[in-house]
Amino acid sequence: MTIPDGPGPTAAYDGNLMAGPLSELFALDVTVAVVRCRGCGADAEVATLRVYGPEPGLVGRCPGCDDVLVRVVRTPDAVWLDLGGVTSLQVPAPKR
Amino acid sequence: MDFVTRGFQGRPRGRDDRLPPGQYLTGDFPVLSAGPTSNVDHDEFELWVATEDGTRHTWSWAELMALPAETVTVDIHCVTSWSKLDTEWRGVSLDTLLADVETAADFAMVHSYGGYTTNLPLEDLLDGQAWVAYGYDGDDLRPEHGGPARLLVPHLYFWKSAKWVRGIELMLEDSPGFWEQLGYHDYGDPWREQRYQGD
Amino acid sequence: MARAAVPGGLSARRAWREATLVERRPETDSAVTLVLDVDGWPGHLPGQHVDVRLTAPDGYTATRSYSVSAPERGDRVELTVQRVPDGEVSTFLADGLAVGDAVRVRGPVGGWFVWRTGQPGPVLLVAGGSGVVPLMAILRARGPGAAPFRLVYSVRGPDDVIYRDELAVLAATDGVDVRLVHTRRAPDVDKRPVGRLRESDLAAPGWTGEDAPTCYVCGPTGFVEGAADLLVALGHAADRIRTERFGPSGP
Repeated sequence: MTIPDGPGPTAAYDGNLMAGPLSELFALDVTVAVVRCRGCGADAEVATLRVYGPEPGLVGRCPGCDDVLVRVVRTPDAVWLDLGGVTSLQVPAPKR
Repeated sequence: MDFVTRGFQGRPRGRDDRLPPGQYLTGDFPVLSAGPTSNVDHDEFELWVATEDGTRHTWSWAELMALPAETVTVDIHCVTSWSKLDTEWRGVSLDTLLADVETAADFAMVHSYGGYTTNLPLEDLLDGQAWVAYGYDGDDLRPEHGGPARLLVPHLYFWKSAKWVRGIELMLEDSPGFWEQLGYHDYGDPWREQRYQGD
Repeated sequence: MARAAVPGGLSARRAWREATLVERRPETDSAVTLVLDVDGWPGHLPGQHVDVRLTAPDGYTATRSYSVSAPERGDRVELTVQRVPDGEVSTFLADGLAVGDAVRVRGPVGGWFVWRTGQPGPVLLVAGGSGVVPLMAILRARGPGAAPFRLVYSVRGPDDVIYRDELAVLAATDGVDVRLVHTRRAPDVDKRPVGRLRESDLAAPGWTGEDAPTCYVCGPTGFVEGAADLLVALGHAADRIRTERFGPSGP
């Protein structure tokens, strides 16, 4: 790799990195879920969010407008989740 | 005790009496961020202090530069366990900025360009404990470390030292900031290892 | 659509399991493949990753995410770890963990950046540095007679090629094309001027947007964003491009 990619405007990770921490909370794999941004209305799969972290916590931002959509913090004895930046979370589920 | 990984020690922690419990020493200056690096021009920079009755005090970049500055050498402690000793900063003491501000507030919410927030007791910003810093190690403070200006409150975990500071909201009641809403401690004293709520 | 169906019951995927190192294979000066034996492993899909947790005697723990580098094979889980300078976990895994020692793993996790056996259509894999790891799991999972696969793999120099010998063998296989892109140092036989990934590295007959391959791009953030932009410029539909970014800088 030759791309000088020091600290800059882009996120170092994407929502794929949220798979492990979110697996502690959700019955289904949430990285394939589609979230709708409360700020700009765009839909994005959780795996495609721009993710900052992993410490002190994971911050998933909208690929369209950079608003904070999802935050996850793992403390020694709890998982804290904030979905305040999304209006909906749509998870593919087995057919009923 | 959890299952122990044979041979794994992690970084050597807490072997210096200047290191708070659970911290390790680093010579680097790690960059942690919750969002894009803000690039704020001096022209558009404005620092504000707002009191509980809505009074606003503002300083342009030039006005901030015109205030008496101090150079301080302090140890900083990040909640992610690194500590860095003898870091040298230049900036304006909050005692100077808040000298003419009339308030009955006991708490402050610090606001950053980019939307980050963090809450502190107002008394922790006073009496020579906090600065708006714009210089680091003899140079301008670089954007990835919070430049043009960041809060510096070295006696608390470093997430309280908000990068890209733009305003200080004085409040009668405490209210959690960006990380404090998600399980991090409201006060964050590294010597009492107040990393998470309940610590 | 079975997109959310991932091997293993949910509680099985959430549990931290003991994983014992049974083999270590150096790949380059800085990358090593670790073969772990994980009792009761629920299986995984190519492209998925696992979380690895190390615990020190004083209770301190460190957790990192690593892509699995080989398809499902019973209780065996292969990871390829790139040593990161001053990386607390990667240096321990690469240098400190001995055969017979155990770590804890959780997973598999991640259901988006995956390839499923039987998924139709050609597959274009674009790797930057150690981003080749999950793509190797996908490439290794390709069965004989399957649709064509192409790997475009960007490395600094010839010594940085992970899985070099196996890639040479795969490149000679029908339906598999491997192209190495050297960014700093190239072998003499390589006529391509060194430099970062460009459009001509990705453009090839049979691999246009109209051929509609599913594209998987993995590497450091800057690489992934650059490669994804090139693919879009070449006419690949954005919804056929899957990306995984793993870190701010290249190995």
